[in-house]
Amino acid sequence: MGKRVGMEVAIASAEAAALCKFDVAAVYPITPQSHVAEHLSDIVHEGRVDASFITVESEHSALSAAIGAAGTGARVVTATSSQGLLYMSEVLPIASAMRLPIVMIIANRAVSGPINIWNDHSDIMPMRDTGWISFFADNGQEVVDMTIQAFKVGEDRRVMLPVNVNMDGFQLTHMVEPIIMPEQEEVDRFLPAYVPYAALHPDNIVSMGTLGMPEIYAEAQKSKDVALVNSIKVVKEVWKDWEKQFGRKYEPIQSYRTEDADIALLTMGSMGETAEIAVDELREQGVKVGLLKIKLWRPFPFDELKKAIKGIKVLVVTDRAISFGGPGGPVFSEIRSALYDQPKRPKVVNYIIGLGGRDVTVEGFMDMVRRAAKGKLSERYEIYGVRG
Amino acid sequence: MNTAMKNPKSIIENFEIYAPKLVSKEEFFVGGHRACQGCGEALAIRLMCKALGKDTVITNATGCMEVISSLYPTTAWKLPWIHVAFPNSAAVGSGVEAGLTALRRKGKVADRRIKSVAIGGDGGTMDIGFQALSGAMERGHDMLYVCFDNEAYMNTGIQRSSGTPFLAATTTAPAGKKIPGNQVWKKNLAEIMVAHNLPYVATATPSYPIDFMNKVKKARQVKGPSYIHCFVACPTGWRSTSETCIKMGRLALETGIFPLYEVEDGKYRLTVEVPEKRRPVQDYLKGQGRFRHLTPDQIRVIQERVDIEWEALMIKVKHSKSRESLRAPRGV
Repeated sequence: MGKRVGMEVAIASAEAAALCKFDVAAVYPITPQSHVAEHLSDIVHEGRVDASFITVESEHSALSAAIGAAGTGARVVTATSSQGLLYMSEVLPIASAMRLPIVMIIANRAVSGPINIWNDHSDIMPMRDTGWISFFADNGQEVVDMTIQAFKVGEDRRVMLPVNVNMDGFQLTHMVEPIIMPEQEEVDRFLPAYVPYAALHPDNIVSMGTLGMPEIYAEAQKSKDVALVNSIKVVKEVWKDWEKQFGRKYEPIQSYRTEDADIALLTMGSMGETAEIAVDELREQGVKVGLLKIKLWRPFPFDELKKAIKGIKVLVVTDRAISFGGPGGPVFSEIRSALYDQPKRPKVVNYIIGLGGRDVTVEGFMDMVRRAAKGKLSERYEIYGVRG
Repeated sequence: MNTAMKNPKSIIENFEIYAPKLVSKEEFFVGGHRACQGCGEALAIRLMCKALGKDTVITNATGCMEVISSLYPTTAWKLPWIHVAFPNSAAVGSGVEAGLTALRRKGKVADRRIKSVAIGGDGGTMDIGFQALSGAMERGHDMLYVCFDNEAYMNTGIQRSSGTPFLAATTTAPAGKKIPGNQVWKKNLAEIMVAHNLPYVATATPSYPIDFMNKVKKARQVKGPSYIHCFVACPTGWRSTSETCIKMGRLALETGIFPLYEVEDGKYRLTVEVPEKRRPVQDYLKGQGRFRHLTPDQIRVIQERVDIEWEALMIKVKHSKSRESLRAPRGV
């Protein structure tokens, strides 16, 4: 069993990558990811992991160098946030198309403008369709666990896709939390050595990233989609393995007190723990409320969602990003679409919360539930607590 | 060493005699690709690959060469090859180097040196890829970057880049009645690379194939970053006839427009002699449609500039000193 330690979550995420003995890290610093970058370089410079650390000159180059290194068959980690993720965006779909299992730790942060370094999900949401597997962590323990799981899922021969692990900037990255750090030999047992399908080496010549004409492009896209859709089986399998070995359970959608619930909140990321307290308080007041937490954003767990909403009459979806001029938040539109063909489906309402680090309190979640229960939401979506 | 080896120029003059002995017959960039007739860049890449040999990984920026060589399911590459995007071949190449270095050190791949070589056109190197190039070179990776400069965005249809020469007509800097072509002087990227403290920087052209291949071989040996700026004719974009491809590079040298030199740890050396009395720039300009609109006055301005640049280069050749002993320690 690992040791229980008090550790800043950003540092813990780098420690988790170190336990996976990465070969190359290519990272460009950005708030609030910078402690990840610093700690990864500490680990390499102290010789705790035998790896190359590339101090790239931009995020675009961070992921580009990561692709080059992964192309040689190296186990690669990178990390970014906000504008950095947007700057990388050109390269994100190429990494997945080349089927390179890079792991990216993302410290979620609002995107400019105005410039804002605090947390929301407006960085990862526009990257939704780039063909990466996306995990969302609730707390520091999940960040550590998911980082290790990410390598195993991505490198699985049935998957071969890059994985991003999302942790809320500041709310998680800069928080010292109690974390059970797995032992090296435990991780060694869990995570097999990476055997690449193809690698850039003169002993076995390959051309990677060739030109796809209209006759082949659609097939290439389909194969990526099929790979991503099918990866959910492996994600669930890896999470089962994890539970067996480490005793901590992971599910694509985690339900909290939903057994007899009429209403359920739905969250992604660190807000989940605040929402749990709100559910507990409302339950004490006799409100039949529960909580659904999405841990696996891509591939989207359609079947799990359908199971999870059984019996629920009102589903209060919270989003931490806006789809401007669209149907509301991206999670909301996803959920509504996922439930469209269900014969019995809950009423789905949408609150957009916590933009750019705006506080969302327990009382806030309770208020949302109460108003949604009364059917008081006049708009399709509401930016909670916004002025003007 | 025979006389020819001591004097690269005489190798060129006797190319037909010496070529069979000096140049590997093995092809790593094979025929069947879709380059235009008379493409200087495809020829240069073929020669470069011969000089590099098999223990090489190529990273190719988006551009003509990627398009013509990698149409799925075919490939012209008999070397490990990767293409990711337009602006990042230097960054990807740096990752290839870091990956191979780490894997070799950890015993996960065979214990021998594989050279990471990144390539791009002038647009992919001097414009959109400039930051990635600067970063990769500055970080001291053991890699070679070769820019194949045909002086415009030829792949997208002859738009100007920072490699386009003064007054040349391109599709985004046309020779109009009011504005006669490209309005600024060509960026000198080789000099900018020298300013990066690289152990090895060189200019080259496939018109002097042995000189080019010798430079590639030298760059390959360098433990650290090296850069070659390879001037290649593009008959399609230059509005010149395809059989003049080699001649263009020779005229560029003989007029002093594109001198061939190398810079080893800051020490400049001309590698191909230019006649004492250089040919007038007019000789180079006249065979190309992109310069057809130039007036005698404009040609005089170009001549003046070439003369000044030439003198500045000669001063460097004469007075620069090697800083080899002061090379920064390279990473582990």
